[in-house]
Amino acid sequence: MDLTLSDEQRLLRESADRFVGETCTADHRRKAAAEPNGFSAATWKQFAELGWLALPIAEEYGGLGGGAIEIGILMEAFGRGLVSEPYLSTVVIGAGLIGTSGSEAQKQALLPKVADGSLYLAFAHAERAARFDLDKVETTAAKTPNGFRLSGHKIAVLDGQAADQIIVSARLVSANGSSGKLCLFLVPAGAPGMTLRDYPRLGGGHACSLDLRDVQLPADALLGDGSDALPAIEAVTDRAMAALGSEAVGIMQTLLDTTLEYTKIRKQFGRPLSANQVIRHRLADMAMQCDEARSMALRAALMADAEPVARGRAASGAKAKIGNCARFVAEQSVQLHGAMGVTEELDIGLYFKRLLAFDTLFGGSAHHYRRHAVLGGRAQG
Amino acid sequence: MDLTFSAEERAFEKEVRDFIAANLTPEMKRATALTPSVFSDPDIGMAWQRVLHKRGWGAPGWPVQHGGPDWTPAQRWIFEAECARAGVPNVNVMGVKMVGPVIIGFGSPEQKNFYLPRILSGEDYWCQGYSEPGSGSDLASLKTRAVRDGDDYIINGTKIWTTHAHHANRMFALVRTNETERQQDGISFILIDMKTPGITTRPILTIGGDHEVNQVFFDDVRVPVANRVGEEGKGWTYGKYLLEFERGAGIASAKLREALRTISDLAESDVTGRAIDDPDISLRMSEVEVDIDALEMTELRVLSALQTGQNPGAVSSILKLRNSEIRQAVTRLGVDVIGHDGLAVEPVRPLYRLNHEPPVPEEMLTVVPEFLNGRAWTIFGGSSEIQREIIAKMVLGI
Repeated sequence: MDLTLSDEQRLLRESADRFVGETCTADHRRKAAAEPNGFSAATWKQFAELGWLALPIAEEYGGLGGGAIEIGILMEAFGRGLVSEPYLSTVVIGAGLIGTSGSEAQKQALLPKVADGSLYLAFAHAERAARFDLDKVETTAAKTPNGFRLSGHKIAVLDGQAADQIIVSARLVSANGSSGKLCLFLVPAGAPGMTLRDYPRLGGGHACSLDLRDVQLPADALLGDGSDALPAIEAVTDRAMAALGSEAVGIMQTLLDTTLEYTKIRKQFGRPLSANQVIRHRLADMAMQCDEARSMALRAALMADAEPVARGRAASGAKAKIGNCARFVAEQSVQLHGAMGVTEELDIGLYFKRLLAFDTLFGGSAHHYRRHAVLGGRAQG
Repeated sequence: MDLTFSAEERAFEKEVRDFIAANLTPEMKRATALTPSVFSDPDIGMAWQRVLHKRGWGAPGWPVQHGGPDWTPAQRWIFEAECARAGVPNVNVMGVKMVGPVIIGFGSPEQKNFYLPRILSGEDYWCQGYSEPGSGSDLASLKTRAVRDGDDYIINGTKIWTTHAHHANRMFALVRTNETERQQDGISFILIDMKTPGITTRPILTIGGDHEVNQVFFDDVRVPVANRVGEEGKGWTYGKYLLEFERGAGIASAKLREALRTISDLAESDVTGRAIDDPDISLRMSEVEVDIDALEMTELRVLSALQTGQNPGAVSSILKLRNSEIRQAVTRLGVDVIGHDGLAVEPVRPLYRLNHEPPVPEEMLTVVPEFLNGRAWTIFGGSSEIQREIIAKMVLGI
């Protein structure tokens, strides 16, 4: 039992904090937001040079073999700087899915490119009717003589517009039209029949919806051997939620620090806001919730490789709990900044929106308490 | 980073588990489960203390020269967790965990030689004289006076919320020995024999129907000056040391997990008509379980910092606050789980020695009293409001 950082992890944290502190400033965010993809390609290149893109990728594919703890360290720093580069979609989820589900040839071809920063990935899974249920997929993949034909509609595809390859989930349909197991397909950007509706994402970055109409894919577009992809999707989603939890902790801590400073400086009725007990206790609650969120994010990362039920309960527990904490900290940060907190003149609102996005992604607190209960055998799925 | 304990620590865990299995009698376990107040009555609690003492585990936090087992922080964590899992009696902490450390830290050699062995063996049973009717959270305003008369102090005043004063043969108390400008500077820490003439005890029943706390009156009570711990006027410092201990000591998450397991078992049982099938109940069950996970993780972070010689920071208030709030959430959930059966009141105590058939199944008897008595968790040991002030000051620096 040791929850202290190793020397390598400490160095990683220091370099991440330094880079984010120096580079990911408000000015950088404004410029990144004006970029067509909502992030800076130059910064992405720097990530590659720092070894961050290679971090969780296995060594035999040009990676550094890091784990969820290392990702968490990076993500917390990213949260502090509201980094909008597509680390989650390309490295955590995209490379994660290829690593667990891809064939040897696919791993060889794609993972080194993620590690060196020359390949962007995205994951198109969510559908409108599914809400947050990972196993509800209506997009179909019909077998053709040369491969597959995909049709369906995907929403909330993070960073899809920037992706060179989009990993699309679909159900294999047989000749009689009955839908079968869930599979993953690599769809290249600009594939005929795929229409992409890009939009700026709440809190920074971009996302898109995808319309797939008879998109023709070669046989080798199928990720891996075509076995049921749901376990891999659940695993990578749990890992993504752990990573997002750490990012949320970075955001919350920044909001707390900023709000704390403001209440010390801002004077009303002849004394600083922080002299009022009602404010002091609110800040104490915010600090406590930041700390609880930190514990839960760490827990989810530590259990990212546990057996599926324990892993899923840790991830859902973290997502639900951090979601509640994040909402409280975000809302109180705006509240304690007074009317200024509701304007775009301060960064508070941007951090607020990023936490709102966090809470929504992969399902909110109610959804994940429910999943926690189902996995614990206390409720029906 | 690693969440798992080492092979030696796991071996220790097994040793503790085996020891408890071999020594915890079914009667002790049942009596503990059927005690809706914080501490077991002394016949149960002290029986367990003697078992632990015989094994050399009577005072896990004490230095080895005074009879402590010389455990690492991880071993202490494992020990507490195993005790909670097994449902061992809740030994009154006033001796081993409260006055013991103060005597070790600030007592004279004579005091150490006399009192410490008697705490370990359970020969002495202690209560704490801190709060007064006029001094709750504002403890430093206490008014019980100790006036010097030769080699004695003469004590007059009253203490309240005195846990197990009706069982205790000794009390450690904060008394005013001097009127100083700063209230804290006139307080001394004194050890009182409860059989001294002039002491009377009045029971106070808490809203769950349990007699755990009392009011104690001092009417010209003569206590030797030799019973003062440390210097005159330094009692506040010693008392605060102890309060820190009270907040930081113990591993709360394991006990909370057991409390939730009890409620969860009830919810999954036919006696509650399977309350768990109510989606609101199962969702709240998960909510509370996750809160316990978060608290446990924070405790482990603190433990890990202690193990590696780092300062965990001012977390004791956070742990105290969360523990008390989660405990109340668990007990509230319990009330909702048993539904109509929560209306039944069983006034007789102890619940483990009833001479009649209780109005509802035995496993439900403590649910409502625990919820009711449990409202005190966010009040004693420094109320939640005081804890938030401490967090604002110590963690946030405002």
